[in-house]
Formats: sequence, structure tokens, C-alpha cells
Amino acid sequence: MNGVHDMGGMHGFGPVLREENEPVFHESWEGRVFGLVVSTRVPGGGRPAIEAMPPAEYLSSSYYEKWLHAKTVALIAAGYVTQGELDDRLQEYRDNPGLKPKRVENLALVAEQRERMAGIFPPARDPEGEAEYLPGDAVRARNINPVGHTRLPRYIRGHLGTVDRIYGWHEIQDQDPPGVTIEGIEPVYSVRFEGGELWGEQAEPNSCVYIDMWESYLEPA
Amino acid sequence: MSGHHDDGHTHEQNEAELRTKALESLLVEKGIVSTDVIDDVVRAYEQDIGPMNGAKVVARAWTDPDYRERLLKDGTMAIAELGFQGAQGSEIVVLENTPETHNMVVCTLCSCYPWPILGLPPTWYKSEAYRSRAVIQPRAVLSEFGLELDESVEVRVWDSNSDVRYMVLPERPEGTEAMSEEELVGLVKRDSMIGVAKIPSPAPAV
Repeated sequence: MNGVHDMGGMHGFGPVLREENEPVFHESWEGRVFGLVVSTRVPGGGRPAIEAMPPAEYLSSSYYEKWLHAKTVALIAAGYVTQGELDDRLQEYRDNPGLKPKRVENLALVAEQRERMAGIFPPARDPEGEAEYLPGDAVRARNINPVGHTRLPRYIRGHLGTVDRIYGWHEIQDQDPPGVTIEGIEPVYSVRFEGGELWGEQAEPNSCVYIDMWESYLEPA
Repeated sequence: MSGHHDDGHTHEQNEAELRTKALESLLVEKGIVSTDVIDDVVRAYEQDIGPMNGAKVVARAWTDPDYRERLLKDGTMAIAELGFQGAQGSEIVVLENTPETHNMVVCTLCSCYPWPILGLPPTWYKSEAYRSRAVIQPRAVLSEFGLELDESVEVRVWDSNSDVRYMVLPERPEGTEAMSEEELVGLVKRDSMIGVAKIPSPAPAV
């Protein structure tokens, strides 16, 4: 999707502002959102849902506001909560500022969540056939403009690069149509693109970008 | 408010807090999550999972050549040797900075970051400014971080767009030859493992 989230190479966002001794969460609700996001597993609710936000809303929302939005959309779609329930509950909290969510403990769920978050689930699958490219091969990133989620950013499309290494066969993450992830696995390569190739005469000296490319993003150069 | 937002978002943040409460309360009542699961996740990322883990990996790599070799060959497993593994770290690739090559990491599309060793990313890493500029003006960004690199140093920017997560192994600063692994851990800061800073030599003892 050619969305505003695909911001590599854009101008106008100003300097990188840093905060000394930044806390992990600035507000306690941010931690609650993070906990909800990682502990509820429903289809959707990930990056594609965030990327589908209207651009102005995307840019004016904080990181955890975006995740709250995406997770809420997914939980409603999955039938865990309804919009009506959420609206009613929101009104209750608006009317009663001191009201806190009811506390329920479940140690079995805590243990299950800990185990899930500590696991290693390597993305590489058993290869299917031969990888098309080898390290050192010259490739070109294809000029694709899918409406659905993709991991091929605009600033890379159409440009020449060199395969650096292969990471193995990973699941495809792109969606076509939007909302439906393409099934299957492909080799994923780290591909190097020279700064001058990407940015022309505005490129900074002696710089390059390495980015991970699913095989279908590439064509021989 | 801790003053991190100066963009007049107080109203929206209150709104987000209300929406979060509404969602959490419904999910808890329905038994989909429990309050203590969320408490536990928050506590883990506030206290246990952060750049202090990555610092141990770096200090080990500086003091144990065999470990360094394993780390550069299979980051995930070498990092797991020290007990760090899990979500957003199932394939970690470690990039070694040298006098000739400087690596830095960004996620232009999102905010991908190696949680088990660095914890959750700082706000600047998730900012539009960093995500947009790191790939086109890496030297300018580094310079804003206080790092001026000679043109002879190759700058490699890693755009973290797949399930692979990247961590930078910074250069060991001069003047640390006599330091123990434990002392070295204290020198290693988050930004050097993202690749936007070098680790300064420790000030000589007075």
C-alpha cells in the first residue's frame, strides 16, 4: 500500500528529537495497550490495520494510539467485543472518571503468556526448491504498487542492488486483496542498494542501504 | 504528564486512556485476558527486558573471541546462550561496527526492533523524522546524535522490514583493555546497539 507509513526518504519531518532517560511507558495506559496487544491473538490488528488508518489520523496518533486502534478494530472483527459494548463502556468511564476496570487474576494465563513470549519461533521454513539468486548477484527491485500490505517500500522500487546474503525461506507477508495475506514461502535476501542509486546526486557520500527482499520483489538485473 | 509530548495531545491521550480502560475491562470480564497478564507483561518490559541485556551480549563479545564469532554467525542462538530470547527476537542478526564500516538500524515502514536484547524502542526510533531520514540522510542524522563520521567510513543503513531483527555490535573503545567483562557491561548504552552512537572511552580515573 502506498501509504503515509511508507516514509523512507521523505522530507519535512524535522530533526530527530530525543528524550534523555525516557521511561519505557510515558503513561500507564500505554503499558496496558502494549499488554493487550501482545496477549490477545486475533486475526488482523497488526501493521496492515495501522497502515489503513487515514493518513492524517496516522500522523497525528502516537505509537500506542495506533496500536489501540488496530487491536480494537481486530477484536471487533473477530467478535470478541462489539462496537456497542465499547461505546457503552466508554460512556461509563467518561461519566465516572474514578472508575477502574474490574481486577481479575488468572495465573495460568500469566504462565501461558510468559511461555509464548519467551519462545523462539524462527521465521525460516524448510526450503521449497532452489533460491533464484546467490550472494553477489545483481538484481532490480520490481516496480510494484499493490493496494494491500507490502514490505517493499517505495524508495527501493525500480532500483538496482546486489544480493548480500540469503536468510532462508520465510512466509510471505504481503496481502492481496487487502486484508488477505498471500499464502506461501519464499527466499528472503538481504540486498544492498548504493546511496547514489537510491538518491541520485542528493545521496550522502559512501552510504548504502541493506534491506530484506522476498524473492518475488526482485528481478534479475 | 511527563512532558514528552509538546504537541497539544493531552486531550487525545485522555481519550486514549478512556478507550484503553473500556477495552481492557470488557476483555477481562469476558475472560479473554486477565489483569495480571497485562501487569506481568508491563513489569517484564519495564524491569527485565531492555538494553542492559544487549550490553551483556556486547561485553561478552568483546572479551571472548569465540563468543564473538558465534554471535556474528548466529546471533539468535548466541544471544540465547546468555538467556535472552523471545518475542521480536526469533532471528537476530548482529552487525559489527569497525573503523571502516558503520552500521545503523531503522524500520522505515513501522518500528521493528529486537526486543529481547534492547527492550521496547525509544520514541525517537518510532518517530517520522528518524524513519524518513535515516535512509536518505544517515550522516546528517548521526551528526544530530553527536556522531561525525569521516567520509572514508562506509555507512550501512539496515532497513528492518522482515522478521529478521538487527543489533549492532559497537566498537570497543580504547582505554578499556584492563576492564573486566562486568565493568564493560556498564559502558554499553542502547544507542550504540542501534548504531546511532559510538561508545566513548571511559574518563581516566582522577
